[in-house]
Amino acid sequence: MRRRLLLLIPLALFAVLAVFLYRGLALDPSGRDSALIGHAFPAFDLATLDDPSVRHDAALFDGRVTLVNVWGAWCPTCREEMPQLLELARRGVHLVGVDYKDTRDKGRAFLDEFGDPFAVNLFDPDGDLGFDLGVYGAPESFLVDRDGVIRYHHTGYITPADVEQSILPQVEQWRAQ
Amino acid sequence: MARAMILRLWPALLLGVALAASAAIEVRHFDDPALQRRYATLTHELRCPKCQNQSIAESDSPIAADMRDKVAERLEAGRSDAAIRDFLVRRFGEYVLYDPRLTTRTWLLWGLPAALVVLGALVVALIVRSRRRGANRALSADERARLDELTRREERS
Repeated sequence: MRRRLLLLIPLALFAVLAVFLYRGLALDPSGRDSALIGHAFPAFDLATLDDPSVRHDAALFDGRVTLVNVWGAWCPTCREEMPQLLELARRGVHLVGVDYKDTRDKGRAFLDEFGDPFAVNLFDPDGDLGFDLGVYGAPESFLVDRDGVIRYHHTGYITPADVEQSILPQVEQWRAQ
Repeated sequence: MARAMILRLWPALLLGVALAASAAIEVRHFDDPALQRRYATLTHELRCPKCQNQSIAESDSPIAADMRDKVAERLEAGRSDAAIRDFLVRRFGEYVLYDPRLTTRTWLLWGLPAALVVLGALVVALIVRSRRRGANRALSADERARLDELTRREERS
């Protein structure tokens, strides 16, 4: 009888492997955590989109929870995301934009057309800040706490449901800390 | 029929793919052949974060081009391969390494094949041992009687 049970071991192993692989099918390969979570926002020194003579560094995040959104006029999904960002701004979220690999003219025209939810827009034409943030496609959003540490990362398009279900709760959570 | 056509068109297809690839990815030249080799190795073992399964050497996505630029810059600046890998992992995560490092998160990945080999060896050893013991085992009285009976019947016929 015991020998018979031993014969079931390969079947059991197969079942475990099958469950494991089946779960793997449902995983989203593009959904992975940013390497920067828990780390300070990377150092930068960039001019704003509005005014080349106004520059900001990471002190921009001191003292308040900020959602940093990396966008570009060349990015069609960014357009669709704008209503959600405007909604977040309307509900009191402090938003900083990073205009990534763009030209000033196109960036400004984009904001004129789709609205400007950002308190400040950093202009990153060479994508240096984007690279230091590990951005591999716009839009991407990073939640920075009042000490300038990255706490949450959202890859891709923020849907209306994401506003309620992930972004606002995260903002509340880090404001309460 | 379709197969014959594909076979005939194959050289043209290959040429097309090769042209497309060379059009998308820049050729980079280093004066030092050692740097050239390290560049080729590094860009082939770093994974493009935007793509499903391509190294940054093979991908024409903008982020892969940026990463190749940074790798080349850092090689020219005299950085070590390990420092360059670290630089990219700090930004894009362990995901970019096709050859993951041994860490607390990856020990299972590295340990599992070795553990399976050990397990297999153990199973083989157990089987061999039980067979050997079975062969040497003396026959019981019942078995002896039955064997005698069978041989006798065989001899009679």
